[in-house]
Amino acid sequence: MSTNVAGALAVALLVAALVITYRPLGDHMYRVYTDRRHLRIERAIYRLTGVHPDSGQRWPVYARGVLAFSLVSVLLLYLLERVQSHLPLGLGFAGVAPPLAWNTAVSFMTNTNWQAYSGESTMGHLVQMAGLAVQNFLSAAVGISVAIAVVRGLTRRRALASAGDPGRSGDPGRPSRGGAAGRAGGAAGGGGPGSTGDELGNFWVDLTRTVIRILLPVCVLAAIVLIAGGAIQNLHGDRVVATLAGGHQTITGGPVASQEAIKEFGTNGGGFYNVNSAHPFENPTSWTNLFEIYLLLAIAFSLPRAFGRMAGDRRQGLAIVSVMAVLALGSFAIGAAFQAVHHGTVPTAVGAATEGTETRFGVPNSSLFASATTLTSTGAVNSFHDSYTSLGGATLLFNMMLGEVAPGGTGSGLYGMLVLAVVTVFVAGLMIGRTPEYLGKRIGSREIRFAALYFLITPILALLGTGIAMGLPGERAGMLNSGAHGLSEVLYAFTSAANNNGSAFAGIGVNTTWYNTALGLVMLFGRLLPMLFVLGMAGSFARQEPVPVTAGTLPTHRPQFAGMLAAVAVVLVALTFFPALALGPLAEGIHS
Amino acid sequence: MSTTLIAPPGAGGAPRDSRPGAGPRRVGGGLLDPRQLLRGLPDALRKLDPRTLWHNPVMFIVEVGAVFTTVLAVGNPSVFGWLITGWLWLTVVFANLAEAVAEGRGKAQAAALRRTRTDTIARRLTGWSPGDPLDAATHTGQGTGSGSGSGSVGTAVSGVEVAEVPAPQLARGDYVVVVAGELIPGDGDIVEGIASVDESAITGESAPVIRESGGDRSSVTGGTKVLSDRIVVRITQQPGESFIDRMIRLVEGADRRRTPNEIALNILLAALTVIFLLAVATLQPLAVYTKASQPAVPDSAALTSHGITGIVLVSLVVCLIPTTIGALLSAIGIAGMDRLVQRNVLAMSGRAVEAAGDVGTLLLDKTGTITFGNRQARAFLPVDGIDEAMLADAAQLSSLADETPEGRSVVVFAKERHGLRERSPGELRAATFVPFTAQTRMSGVDLADPDADPGRADPGSEEGMPRRQIRKGAASAVVAWVRATGAPVPPQLGEIVDGISAAGSTPLVVAETTRTSTSSAGGPVATRARVLGVIELADVVKTGMRDRFDEMRRMGIRTVMITGDNPLTAKAIAEEAGVDDFLAEATPEDKLALIRAEQAKGHLVAMTGDGTNDAPALAQADVGVAMNTGTSAAKEAGNMVDLDSDPTKLIEIVEIGKQLLITRGALTTFSIANDVAKYFAIIPAMFAGVYGGLDRLNIMRLATPESAILSAVIFNALVIVALIPLALRGVQYVPSSASALLSRNLSRYGVGGIIAPFVGIKIIDLLIQFIPGVG
Repeated sequence: MSTNVAGALAVALLVAALVITYRPLGDHMYRVYTDRRHLRIERAIYRLTGVHPDSGQRWPVYARGVLAFSLVSVLLLYLLERVQSHLPLGLGFAGVAPPLAWNTAVSFMTNTNWQAYSGESTMGHLVQMAGLAVQNFLSAAVGISVAIAVVRGLTRRRALASAGDPGRSGDPGRPSRGGAAGRAGGAAGGGGPGSTGDELGNFWVDLTRTVIRILLPVCVLAAIVLIAGGAIQNLHGDRVVATLAGGHQTITGGPVASQEAIKEFGTNGGGFYNVNSAHPFENPTSWTNLFEIYLLLAIAFSLPRAFGRMAGDRRQGLAIVSVMAVLALGSFAIGAAFQAVHHGTVPTAVGAATEGTETRFGVPNSSLFASATTLTSTGAVNSFHDSYTSLGGATLLFNMMLGEVAPGGTGSGLYGMLVLAVVTVFVAGLMIGRTPEYLGKRIGSREIRFAALYFLITPILALLGTGIAMGLPGERAGMLNSGAHGLSEVLYAFTSAANNNGSAFAGIGVNTTWYNTALGLVMLFGRLLPMLFVLGMAGSFARQEPVPVTAGTLPTHRPQFAGMLAAVAVVLVALTFFPALALGPLAEGIHS
Repeated sequence: MSTTLIAPPGAGGAPRDSRPGAGPRRVGGGLLDPRQLLRGLPDALRKLDPRTLWHNPVMFIVEVGAVFTTVLAVGNPSVFGWLITGWLWLTVVFANLAEAVAEGRGKAQAAALRRTRTDTIARRLTGWSPGDPLDAATHTGQGTGSGSGSGSVGTAVSGVEVAEVPAPQLARGDYVVVVAGELIPGDGDIVEGIASVDESAITGESAPVIRESGGDRSSVTGGTKVLSDRIVVRITQQPGESFIDRMIRLVEGADRRRTPNEIALNILLAALTVIFLLAVATLQPLAVYTKASQPAVPDSAALTSHGITGIVLVSLVVCLIPTTIGALLSAIGIAGMDRLVQRNVLAMSGRAVEAAGDVGTLLLDKTGTITFGNRQARAFLPVDGIDEAMLADAAQLSSLADETPEGRSVVVFAKERHGLRERSPGELRAATFVPFTAQTRMSGVDLADPDADPGRADPGSEEGMPRRQIRKGAASAVVAWVRATGAPVPPQLGEIVDGISAAGSTPLVVAETTRTSTSSAGGPVATRARVLGVIELADVVKTGMRDRFDEMRRMGIRTVMITGDNPLTAKAIAEEAGVDDFLAEATPEDKLALIRAEQAKGHLVAMTGDGTNDAPALAQADVGVAMNTGTSAAKEAGNMVDLDSDPTKLIEIVEIGKQLLITRGALTTFSIANDVAKYFAIIPAMFAGVYGGLDRLNIMRLATPESAILSAVIFNALVIVALIPLALRGVQYVPSSASALLSRNLSRYGVGGIIAPFVGIKIIDLLIQFIPGVG
């Protein structure tokens, strides 16, 4: 079986697995976030932390919770890194230097997992387990919680006293004198000022449930599967072994499988080892490779199901997931094609661009992993993106520039796509001659302001960061390549940080005070500001009573709308980043 | 039954009735006259003032860029630099021109309105209250039509004084007396008298209308002219707040405030502008680096060792930011209001126009909107022994001189159904027509010659006594008339009359008496009276209404018919017209309740109204269109006034509202889609010198980097001018489902927006490449 056939089979298997789990996983998440009961362990946590689990939060409160929790997380992780030499299981490593500790703390809190260090030579087991792995769970959970809050805002409808009687209206010729009076009475009685009705849920409850009911159970299972596949799970330190050639090799052990599971499932991507999923202890075989790819796509591709169910219309979820799927498959096909057919001497000779790929996986499975990891905000790698063909690398860059929406990170993919849907509905709605509405909620100036701020943030961060870095002679020196490829490396770094992806093109020395600080800030703002704006948008939607659907309403579940949404996503990104891409990978990849 | 001699314009008049059946293309606008562009030029230049332009962020940035390139071009002159600078300035001017032209149309209308607001002298009554008698000094002959009364000052009988004051000094609550030939000095309600008024100054309709105290036809508008009689008007406006004042401000755009949707779109455009500004600004360090890494490449007009030249950088920004929609946005809004004005509808705010596009429920009054304003003959039902043709003939004869719509409908129906030709009253010289009076409750005709065929009356035989009398009228009156001659009334008549009444129609009984004499003079005369039958008068649904309501349904709009009829009648008409729902025996309270209920369900509600009773409902509705014939209270409560008082216009208003939003959306899409081609023009022009491979992106094969950039800038400017007519006219709107509309507009303005600039830029490049220094 050739590698290409194997690759095609792998893709087919992956798609089948995602399709099969779309419903159960999505439905499970729907139940988790709409359940009125609390588990005993959850109640214990709420009692310990003083949370009132049944009180709703309006968007500013929800957002404050997210911000406070995130900033405290950064602080704790930073401290843990700094003092690891004084704590057990430190493996004798020194405390992490302040710029790197800051960068790493932000990186793991923001679900970016950009690593300016190599894990096996910097972090002790305690930091890996109590710091990084914990943040892997929490940052993923924060993302999902925010997405669910946004969905609640979009789908919230206040209880209508008696107007919920759709069968009675629109009945031609019905003598409606009595009916009209009845409806008027109902309207007068309903809509009282009793509750504000615009709560987005409770952040602490969402966070707790995400960890306990979704992430932990799946990750325990996944870790066992990975161990079965050959991943290691121990608390050993370095072992020095004699190699066959008579030399010595230091092999670091550790709790790898447990961290690997959440690294993929929570779309985190921070590897235990420097070479990440190319390391045989993290990703031992080609089937674990496929399993890891599945894990990192599973939540993001299933959340639209939960969204559709919360919206009371599964087709809305299907529309969103199809846009994600179309973009993902399209991007993968293009990227893989660039890797497979390259007119360079070596790729022509061996049949594909093999440079930088792990021979255990081969080119197709490396392309697949690379596409999946850049399309989600994972950033785990099993091959060296810097060595991809220029246009193959451009595809990976483009994946991240999409804003991590196809399918994106855990939660962040869904809310990113929903913001895009709002913008698309706005323009499309105008074109059908109505004040635009999505899921019955009108998109006014307040909502569009939040949406505009949301989609401004990441391009601003990525482009400004790149521009400044390229303008400073000292930071340019960090590039290991010159010319267009060097530019691509810097562009990739800032795009990855701004979109909280965390994958590295590599080929650039980023463990400097400037890069650690700048990328840290980019990651922080690239995570928290969009969350703030999207929650603001949700809060503003939550206050609205939905408009009933009529024949004049723009249907947002049809292929027509899905197609337009995909086109808007691609065109917006293309227009924003085309000049920068032209001087980077395009300049390198297009030959006259 | 109408007591006015002259029907108010638009109250179900025949000319308008053909319109609903017209083709799908209805909403249009005036054409753009090239002279308008020229006339708008001074205004466009005035708008270059940055303090004005600041309100349009997109164009403000273009202006800043134009200033910047001017400085650069002065410092380092080149043909290319000056051409770019010139076209950047033109881009701003074109944008201003679009707005100026849109405003110019309104200004012309305002000027016409101002002429009506001349210095009217009002005769104010002091010490008078409604009901008091008025002195003859204030009274001039009826219907003289001359301005003879204007100079007279008189004292009234019981201490009432008349003083001449300039119209602007009138305050709310003042009473003024206006006689034939005078202009009404201000908006108000007639409290005494009846007059025919020429309202052509504001409606453009030359037929005079009847205004009278009390009821729903009591309001008068300042600036209109009394043609007959004398009226006393209570002023209801504050000085300077008259209807015409407000109209002038509206059409001039002085009161123009941005609508919610316009604000939202502006935010989106501002965000796009920021993104593109940033994409270009951050390109500079990348370009510097790129150039530095290829030291062997010589400097070009676009790229030097200092990076991209200022002129090219500004060109790129201007081409990318959404200038097309930014330039046309305010023109679209103004033109939308203007299109309403052209249809004689005054919207008090742009917000109301936008809301019209969102309307989910239309409340339509049955009478005048769905059915003709008056009942019409629908059937002739003869009693036993009478031939239907005979009844028809008698009915037509009795109605020949009856100028009421009901009477005319009988004539027309007899002609259509029974082939009886329409006879003009003059043909029957022997006939005397008996008009309807409130006492007799009948009308009819007396014919002198009973033997001659009524159709060909013989003018020779004239006698003192009529030989044949035909009467039609209310059942009780006609029955009494027949019984008075001693003739029996067939019992069957009662059944027919009751049956018609039960179905919601109106019965008119027709009867005749004939005298027969044996000798030519003074012989015995036999009088025979008999009931012939009944004319059924019914509401007739206007043609084409069903299609229109089907269209509404496809657009997602629910139609509800409002009527004072009983539920049974209402149901029959609602089914015939094809409305979705109806409200029978509707009181003003019911209307208000219905509107609130619809709004509670999230629908926007539109309605028309004219009476004071309608005022609360008009105020509650999201789009309340008051008829100009209506009361001041109604006009005050609604947010639109229809000067034609045509209730069906509500449907057009909805379409104009939709068209306004569609035009915005279409041009936004077009504007953004344009950017794709501009990138393919400019990016290779800038960097192909450094990276030869990027020349493959020059898929239009533009001649030189300079010509490529200049072509993009010129296209960007020209497309604004090219789209001004579209912005003013609005994109074509065909009522259809949301999906169909979206597909149409996406393919037209989205796909078209991608393709058009490739073609346009290539053509411009083919032309300008011959300019030395560019090609």
